[in-house]
Amino acid sequence: MTPVLEVRGISKQFPGVLANDRVDFDLNAGEIHALLGENGAGKTTLMNVLYGLYSPDSGEIIRKGQAAIMRSPKDAIALGIGMVHQHFMLIPVFTVTENIMLGSETLKNGQLDRKAVSARVSELSQQYGLEIDPEAFVRDLPVGVQQRVEIVKALYRNAEVLILDEPTAVLTPQEVEDLIKIMRELTAKGVSIIFITHKLKEVLAIADRVTVMRAGKVVGTVAPAETDEAQLAAMMVGREVILEVEKGPAKPGEEVMQVRDLVVTDQRGLKAVQGVTFSVRSGEVLGVAGVQGNGQTELVEALTGLRQPQSGQILFSGEDMTDKTPRPLMENGLSHIPEDRQRHGLVMPYPIADNLVLCTYYLPPFGVNFVIRNTAVDENARKLVHDFDIRTPSPYVPTSTLSGGNQQKVIVARELSRPVRLLIANQPTRGLDVGSIEYIHSQIVHIRDKGAAVLLVSAELDEIMALSDRIAVMYRGQIVAIVDPDQVTRAQLGLLMAGVSKDEVFKGNGKVVEPAA
Amino acid sequence: MEYRRLGFIALIIIVLIGVVVLIGGGQISPAVIIVSMLATTIAVATPLTLGALCGIYCERAGVVNIGIEGMMLAAAFFGWFGAIYMNTILEMSPLPSLIVGVLIAMLTGGLLGLLHAVLSVTYKVDQIIGGTVINILAIGVSGFLNRQLFFESGSVFGGQIPHAPGVLPRLQVPFLVDIPVFGKVFEQQPIAITAIILVVVTHFVLFRTRWGLRTRAVGEHPRAADTVGINVFRMRYANVIIGGLIAGLGGAYFTLESVPSFEPLMTNGRGFIALAAMIFGNWSPFGAWAAALVFGAAQALQINLQFFRELIPPQWAFLQQSYVVGLVPYILTMLILTGIIGRTTPPAADGIAYEK
Repeated sequence: MTPVLEVRGISKQFPGVLANDRVDFDLNAGEIHALLGENGAGKTTLMNVLYGLYSPDSGEIIRKGQAAIMRSPKDAIALGIGMVHQHFMLIPVFTVTENIMLGSETLKNGQLDRKAVSARVSELSQQYGLEIDPEAFVRDLPVGVQQRVEIVKALYRNAEVLILDEPTAVLTPQEVEDLIKIMRELTAKGVSIIFITHKLKEVLAIADRVTVMRAGKVVGTVAPAETDEAQLAAMMVGREVILEVEKGPAKPGEEVMQVRDLVVTDQRGLKAVQGVTFSVRSGEVLGVAGVQGNGQTELVEALTGLRQPQSGQILFSGEDMTDKTPRPLMENGLSHIPEDRQRHGLVMPYPIADNLVLCTYYLPPFGVNFVIRNTAVDENARKLVHDFDIRTPSPYVPTSTLSGGNQQKVIVARELSRPVRLLIANQPTRGLDVGSIEYIHSQIVHIRDKGAAVLLVSAELDEIMALSDRIAVMYRGQIVAIVDPDQVTRAQLGLLMAGVSKDEVFKGNGKVVEPAA
Repeated sequence: MEYRRLGFIALIIIVLIGVVVLIGGGQISPAVIIVSMLATTIAVATPLTLGALCGIYCERAGVVNIGIEGMMLAAAFFGWFGAIYMNTILEMSPLPSLIVGVLIAMLTGGLLGLLHAVLSVTYKVDQIIGGTVINILAIGVSGFLNRQLFFESGSVFGGQIPHAPGVLPRLQVPFLVDIPVFGKVFEQQPIAITAIILVVVTHFVLFRTRWGLRTRAVGEHPRAADTVGINVFRMRYANVIIGGLIAGLGGAYFTLESVPSFEPLMTNGRGFIALAAMIFGNWSPFGAWAAALVFGAAQALQINLQFFRELIPPQWAFLQQSYVVGLVPYILTMLILTGIIGRTTPPAADGIAYEK
């Protein structure tokens, strides 16, 4: 059988990097072919070549046995190739219909024929089980639904080959399950899917074949039945990867942070955190689990001094720090790995060296008499770049030029190189590849073992289970249970996160650890 | 456009007209004053409306244009020069000369639009700087050539200011002029009428046509447009040039429709007020037009109050100073731009150069 799409010997050179090095890849009709690799392995470059966004330096693309030339996305669309980008290509102020018709508009008397397109959208959404409202504005839709709009957008253009670039990165666990169902539905109807990801579990769960890329090259293609997570991870990273976090039992000490009846309002003035009480002890990791948008962001902002709580009390090392700004908290030993590393963690255009002293520039040895001592900054930068294995040509390149994993390492280096009493880490590994995740997890365990308290907020259940010594579950602004990770299953946690009461979940078998008040 | 904003616009226009009626109503019938105010408002709002439409085409496509002022000034000069040249040197009759002048004005605006597009789309120069370049260029070129061409001995016109071919004639809008009393409002000159037609056309183009959908897409999320095969650069070029042509028409208003003469700096900040109208109108044609009418009414107040200067009661004596009334449009601009009447949202990619 001829593959529906074949790639032979594609190479693409960018200044300083060979992003694709003689890549071969093929896709059969009705199959889900996963493309696995770390960030920067060249997956997205390859897909952009397939979609006509980049032109390759050499190699050829063969569609249904015929050589194809891709000069722009137009050519790819004409050949029945559709792409759902990692960052959605939707216009928030347009309706679903307008977004779908854009670029392939249907006209009636010279005017846009919204009705006809809207009818076609409804038809497609029924045919493939993709529920969407064609009249809704995209800005009002949840991420999972926006993704469906993207898929329908490709189907509207008669796509037979669908490229999904990291489709699960932005989804909740429930939405991921829906997506998997949709993908099965699509392949059953003859669509072939290239599924780009760096999440091993998903690959094993849905792919028919897996091709692994590393540093621009194809490492190999395997069937999920013949492999396992450890082997895939090793192929991706190029060495053995420890997927399980190695950590000994916690040795909890005194309570470093106590939070009492904390109420925090969000941007719109609504109560996002509705009276939570908990404490974090030195030498332990308290994990906060919960579906995103249940008040975690506001809770962390209040604890780190970025948002004034409406009421309640925050004690840090015994001192009342409720209305303090970030600087006194920091000087007291608070480290913070923020949720959005590019917006709140780093000044992207600054060189790495400057980002590394962002919290301490005014203190000796960096700041002396209103002047920043560049020799001290330089020394600090070189040491941290070495110690924290930040991969960069120099400490003076703009931080924006680093990969996501290395940007996160800059933040971790800055936050953990100060004396740490309490580390608050919010989604510390979001969007990172296996190697970086492994590294950041080991750093978190390391700081815990040195006696710091750690508050870990994460939407990844695996991460919470692997690192936490206690798990607090947040639902609608409240902590609904604090449990021991050894005595709870993933399913039980999932139910708690979905709002099922803890009595219901545990049915009186007494596995709940009550908050140490 | 939400009701609050419309209400505010209606209120200001009513207040401005009311002031003139209160002062002059004793001498002339209020109906006549209102008609005169409305007619003047529509006429003087013309360059503001056209300037705002220029801004809408540019910014809906994602290119900030603060060079509208310069585009209008340059167009006013070259349009005027063209009309005189046709009339005096080529001995064309007045009306065709004026029409050629209007076309030259539009061409001038279009060329400056092209310049702005080259700077901001191709060379990705900061768009504020690109606009400023156009403003400075227009002031320099129009001022310099005005002196060289008309006032230097040995110049084209031999050091004499030639006789201008007058201004564009008044037209009567069919049917509407027959309305008793208020019919007079619909006796306007051609550029003023065209401006209103262009408001409707622009609305239709932006929201009903393929061109408009793509233009707005390019201004909101150019990469999304690119991935569905739309040429972002071409859309931006075309819209900025269209905007320039419209600003050029706005420039023609000054020297070919309003008065038959050119003076350096005669646009006098109208291009910037047009920008304010565009923002206050939330980047929509009808909204911008309504906002332009507010500024027009403020200017009409100044014009109409001159006729009643001696009727102004002593306790309002400060209104006798024309500069006091002349300040009103500028005060309104500041008031509106502070956002106290509600905020508006620009297109998301407005002012950001697109990197492929």
